[in-house]
Amino acid sequence: MDTVIGVQYKDGVIIAADQANARSILIYQSNLDKIKQLTSHSAMGVSGPNCDLVQFTEYISKNLQLYELRHEGTKLSTKAQANFCRNELAVALRKGPYQVSALLGGFDLTTQKPSLYYLDYMGTLQKVPFGAQGYAQYFTLSTMDREYRENLDETAALDIIGKAIHELQSRFLIKQNNFIIKVIDQDGVRVHSQGADPADT
Amino acid sequence: MSMFGMEPLVIGDDILDIGSRKAVDRYCGNKAQIGLSQDLLMGRPGAFDVPNVKDPALYCSSHFRSTCGTGDAGQEIKFAKGTTTLAFKFNGGIIVSVDSRATQGNYISSQTVKKVIEMNPYLLGTMAGGAADCSYWERRLNLQCRMYELRNGRRITVAAASKLLAGTMASYRGYGLSMGTMITGWDETGPQLYYVDDDGTRLKGKMFSVGSGSTFAYGVLDNYYREDLTLEEAIDLGKRAIYHATHRDAASGGINNLYHVTKDGWVKIHAIDVNDMHYEFEEEKRNEMSS
Repeated sequence: MDTVIGVQYKDGVIIAADQANARSILIYQSNLDKIKQLTSHSAMGVSGPNCDLVQFTEYISKNLQLYELRHEGTKLSTKAQANFCRNELAVALRKGPYQVSALLGGFDLTTQKPSLYYLDYMGTLQKVPFGAQGYAQYFTLSTMDREYRENLDETAALDIIGKAIHELQSRFLIKQNNFIIKVIDQDGVRVHSQGADPADT
Repeated sequence: MSMFGMEPLVIGDDILDIGSRKAVDRYCGNKAQIGLSQDLLMGRPGAFDVPNVKDPALYCSSHFRSTCGTGDAGQEIKFAKGTTTLAFKFNGGIIVSVDSRATQGNYISSQTVKKVIEMNPYLLGTMAGGAADCSYWERRLNLQCRMYELRNGRRITVAAASKLLAGTMASYRGYGLSMGTMITGWDETGPQLYYVDDDGTRLKGKMFSVGSGSTFAYGVLDNYYREDLTLEEAIDLGKRAIYHATHRDAASGGINNLYHVTKDGWVKIHAIDVNDMHYEFEEEKRNEMSS
């Protein structure tokens, strides 16, 4: 039921995710932050059970941090991070799979280029200009196909995200009121907007 | 690492190391299967025997599952379950309010179950789902909290305690455990309330209700909750929410046990039979209508 949408633009990546955690017919919480920061300039929007979301993202982000500590502060490129994630998903698949599907967005300071990767619970990895996870795929991919161009600016990319969310809120059976939108660019990861404050607990 | 190069005895001498890195390293060499979490080591203190079948997870979840309704109708052993528990944070601390009924299928096995586990004077855990699972794992969490205190010289935070429990649940995923609990307490960061689930979910929040009667409790809680409730109003809200849940949910009932968590620890406020509450509220409504 989770929604994660991502769009890459000229100077960064935008990732949006819904903020609800529900089981059966009950909403347990509606101010969750499902876009977990991995390094200073990358973040992963994740859909899946809360347990796997937390265990997987914390495992990945701590290991990325460990790499930096061990290698004199060398930061891994987004591509390397994405491949590391994929490998972990693939290894766990036949033992105790992480049922997470994610969109990993990052900005490489060395090449000054943003990138967005689509990761699946089966160990799929694909670099994409835009993407969606969950039921949102059915509703938003066509809008994003229509609107996406090369070298968008931040405003245009936010507009695409806005259109995608609007479509979900019109047509998707499950009401998702709250969305958190994060921007990853040269200055790092920042929250652009949120439906409900995840810190309000 | 053992002293003088001797292998440690199996039972007893390493009990103080339970949960520590040292114990894990010591036992890692004896692991029969690759990929087993440390919790699943067999025959060691703090470890379990699992059924000697090809797929122990499937065997456990199909024969020992504790589910709501009559989902366990085909099982030889039906576990006690069904409940309403709730907890919410307000400006005066945290109110924890639970019922006390345990059901096995259609039989009410007990009306006096203690569903709030008093882990230490500053930490409370609630019990919903399988009674055995809840009480065992929360008592084990209590042990881990106490070990933390002894090793680090200070009390464990609620965040860390709930993280330990969530990690344990995550490692037993697929084994058919049934536990929906709220870990709550007051530590140096203030009052904290966490919801922890048998599938490893861990959520931090201001208000949770767990159990078969939780939807009924939420109805009352959501409509009357405010952050600036006074203590009397908060106690009344917790009491009423449980009453309404026990009124509509067959698997909830008995006695309402209510606790208040403050910065000086938790305090048990009352234990009132929900049946008595029914007549009290009925009279209250009658008085309101006549005035």
